Amino acid sequence: MTAPAAEQVTVTIDGVAHQVPAGSLLIEAAQDNGTYIPRFCWHERMNPVGMCRMCLVEVQGPRGPMLVTACTNNVADGMVVDTRNDTVKKAQEGVLEFLLANHPLDCPVCDKGGECPLQDQAFSHGPGESRFVEIKRNYEKPIAISDLVLLDRERCILCARCTRFADEISGDPLIEFKSRANVTEVNTFPDLPFSSYFSGNTIQLCPVGALTAAQYRFRARPWDLQMVESSGLHDTAHPRLSVQVSQNEILRLVGVDNDATNHGWLSDKERFGFQYLGSEERLTTPLVRIDGELVETTWADALDRVAERIGLIRDADGGGTFAVIGGAHGTNEDAYALSKFARVVLGTNNIDARLDDALASHFLAATADRALISDVDTADTIVIWGPDLKEEHPTLYLRVRRAAQELGVRLVVVHPRATGLDDRAAIKLRYRPGGGFELLDEIADGKHSEVRQALSAARVVALVGQASFADGPKLAESVAAYVRNKAGSARILPLARRGNIFGALDMGLAPDLLPGRVADEEGGRTALATSWGDMPAERGKDTRSMLEGLDSAEIRFLLLVGADPVRDVPDPRQATLALESAEYVVSIDLFLNDSNRDADVIFPAAGFAEKEGTVTNLEGRVQKVNSIAPVPGQARPDWEILDDLAERAGYPIGLSNGEAIAKEISEVAPAYAGISWDLLEWEARDGAVVPLSGAQPLSHIPVALKGDKAPSAPLILHVARTLYDDGVMMRHSQSLHPLAPGAVAHLNPDDARKAGAQEGHLVKVVTKHGEGEFSAVSDEGTPPGVVYVPFNQPGAGSLGTEAVVRVTAVGK
Amino acid sequence: METVSNLPHILAMGAEKYIELGHPLDTGTFMLSVSGHVKKPGNYELPHGITWRDLIFDVAGGIPNDRELKAIIPGGASSPWFVPQIHLDHQITKDMCAEAGSMLGSGAVIVMDDTTCMVRAAERIVRFFAHESCGQCTPCREGTTWMEMILRRIEEGQGRAIDLDLLLDVSDNISVGLDWPPKMTTICPLGPSAVSPVLALRDYFRDEVQEHVQRGGCWFPGARVMPQIKSGGRPPDPRSLVVAGAETSGRSSDSADGEVDRGKGFKA
Repeated sequence: MTAPAAEQVTVTIDGVAHQVPAGSLLIEAAQDNGTYIPRFCWHERMNPVGMCRMCLVEVQGPRGPMLVTACTNNVADGMVVDTRNDTVKKAQEGVLEFLLANHPLDCPVCDKGGECPLQDQAFSHGPGESRFVEIKRNYEKPIAISDLVLLDRERCILCARCTRFADEISGDPLIEFKSRANVTEVNTFPDLPFSSYFSGNTIQLCPVGALTAAQYRFRARPWDLQMVESSGLHDTAHPRLSVQVSQNEILRLVGVDNDATNHGWLSDKERFGFQYLGSEERLTTPLVRIDGELVETTWADALDRVAERIGLIRDADGGGTFAVIGGAHGTNEDAYALSKFARVVLGTNNIDARLDDALASHFLAATADRALISDVDTADTIVIWGPDLKEEHPTLYLRVRRAAQELGVRLVVVHPRATGLDDRAAIKLRYRPGGGFELLDEIADGKHSEVRQALSAARVVALVGQASFADGPKLAESVAAYVRNKAGSARILPLARRGNIFGALDMGLAPDLLPGRVADEEGGRTALATSWGDMPAERGKDTRSMLEGLDSAEIRFLLLVGADPVRDVPDPRQATLALESAEYVVSIDLFLNDSNRDADVIFPAAGFAEKEGTVTNLEGRVQKVNSIAPVPGQARPDWEILDDLAERAGYPIGLSNGEAIAKEISEVAPAYAGISWDLLEWEARDGAVVPLSGAQPLSHIPVALKGDKAPSAPLILHVARTLYDDGVMMRHSQSLHPLAPGAVAHLNPDDARKAGAQEGHLVKVVTKHGEGEFSAVSDEGTPPGVVYVPFNQPGAGSLGTEAVVRVTAVGK
Repeated sequence: METVSNLPHILAMGAEKYIELGHPLDTGTFMLSVSGHVKKPGNYELPHGITWRDLIFDVAGGIPNDRELKAIIPGGASSPWFVPQIHLDHQITKDMCAEAGSMLGSGAVIVMDDTTCMVRAAERIVRFFAHESCGQCTPCREGTTWMEMILRRIEEGQGRAIDLDLLLDVSDNISVGLDWPPKMTTICPLGPSAVSPVLALRDYFRDEVQEHVQRGGCWFPGARVMPQIKSGGRPPDPRSLVVAGAETSGRSSDSADGEVDRGKGFKA
């Protein structure tokens, strides 16, 4: 869906004629043709306001020359613009003198120094001296406007970039101008901090040091930083960013602008959620269990022990007795190594990177008519039937918000409770958790006609996923099937969480997938056998079956790679039992966690920005991730550990370095033909969507599946994830972990009253599978009959997957 | 609204009779609000073309206490001032005001006699605009308050010889060319409106400004600070806006007794 080529007009800038697209902003047209017009309030990704007046240029008008702001004026054919004459220069010097009049002389202690547009433009366009001898404005400085962001109102030049971002882009208008005239200030509303998931972007786009990160403040000067471009992996859209390091420590992440994914924006989880990498609790040496205790040992010792055990078990019981869970948090190279390791070394197809909370692997990895993120810009209708994008897919959230708000796209949101995009939705449909199939049938039968109509538009993009644990994995595919039937032309984006899950699936980390979007069947295996050798033919188990197998001792050996099933699967009882009964557990991970702390051998792994490789996002876009931080201690990348282990076990897999693995992937994985590190570093800087040729071996047509009805009960449990939780990476990120909601249960005010539950007081929530005490939240956004409990929170008991729930107030 | 209110009269008396009133280029009547140093301040409906002399000394009864006329603001606080030496016998029409470099504007006429300090009057008007500024654009938000502070310094005895020229250059960065109607660097004409009194100081009252500097203060009745021997620069009282938490003490407008509150703990 590409836009037609724009009509060109002629604009003369400083005496030189240029052809520029009609309707473009003068400031942008000039910039694209080599003329930089200084500016503060204008930002490429936001609507212009013409407030700072720095971009004044002289334009020939009907009544003679006039000063206009280049950012609020569109080019017109025949326009004559002067950006450097005496009038313009005097105006620029005047504006800078005005800005510097009340600006404090903080440069020596200001974070922004060295990367400061005010410094730079004062130097390039300023008067050189200020004639202001009065007393400057004073404010208490800085003030914390949230846990993450500090505000210095003395430095603020009132350009409104931050307030406009908060309102226009992120939909969280929590900061605003207060008062007027010379005492205008940016501030928050009383008792309402700037708790936006996107607050960190205001720090990046502030043109002075008014907004600073509590995490980064005073830690470095920009010229001390080494930086490397990479992709963020908390969000499966893989927003582009820059990792910035000084003295071998990652100090901050900064968004990198690009059209393909994130427009330069990052969620705060992405921006600040790197702190775990520098945690003291990172695993640094191999650990083996001796006499019940985990003991440090050498790589050779640890690897040999595992290799020996693999040999014994494989010779005795064959491949079906092994299980591999995880692999979603590494690079594609790591995932490929794990895929090859499972099939060649362990002789098994029991491998799954999803943790029992995701959609079917063929649908996720290889749906027909897969959408690009940019398709939301040109759609007629976007339908979201899945998780709240604001909590699980922040990059998509911002793109969809923009599409609905600025580009006139019609938004349909279907979800059990209120979502972050409700204010932009043309149609909001609520349903009881577990009642999704009934709702879909109703829509198909003609009820909710406005939804049918919206879905019958010419171009529909469907973002589908699991909205609630109660929904199960089949609903999303059925929705996709329905949309494909109704729409003129449909594009589907199946949603899944967990880092590089799409790269993992593309490398075959599912029981029914082989590398390159090939089904794990006879044909695919035969083809792959030419490079991998003998391939196991026994049908593989998914995560749930593997956990069952561990419990029943059908499976004797579990390899956990960056996975924490005890905390992370919807029904943790099974995982807990499985790991308690497992005969032999090997873990490759960054930390000890609830799943691997009883393991037999633990290998310390390299993490994000500590290794080089490729990753694949939810569009199928492959991007290069780069390394810049050293590994802690003796940690090694996954692929290196597996290659070493394979060799010692007697089944070498021949993976000598990251780039060689990338090359092997391009030769062996059909959908990845033509992908190389070189390509991603040079021609394809925005990544490359695979398959490059457009054709892939496995193309899964979404199928309408049958599902269960919702149980009828007064209260149904809705479990979903929040951006901040007690996941391992969040647990060790000190700025973000305190922001997790914790053990809370949201009740509609009517239900709260019936249960005798008071806001902030404890309630007991009981299901057939589990129970716990939670702090009650009275929430209008949660419909009556629904109890919303965020998943995997610090201090929260596990409730399992049973949907029927009882809530009682705890006497207090 | 004024335009619309003429309609019943035009319809009642007929267009030809209406045109006979007023001035050939500005027919009919118009409303003026006359205030300041006149014996009969009030709202008057008058034919276009009446002179300033007739307006002030005839219609509005002349200046009380036998004082001399010093300056006239013709059309509201934004309009550049007139002086009797030049404008007294000009006819009051839209075009004549514009040709003279000002505007009829809102028809709010303010008459100032020779007991009026021009610097203080200018500061009062500049302070109004600085306070009314919405704050969006840099030149007005920063510039008008800066101008107010310079004028206050001059009035209270901390003026410097260069301050009037500084004031003019700051004004030029708000209203390029110092013209009326203004050529703006701002979003709206409010910023340039604050410049109008400064033009009067430049064109007609430069000596009075310099005398404030030399004397070290104001000698007109009601001066807040008595002239003192020029000591070479006592810093102005802090215009302190120390903020605790989320509160702003702000700069409130004049209190009843003429004192300006310039923040917690600091009095003029």
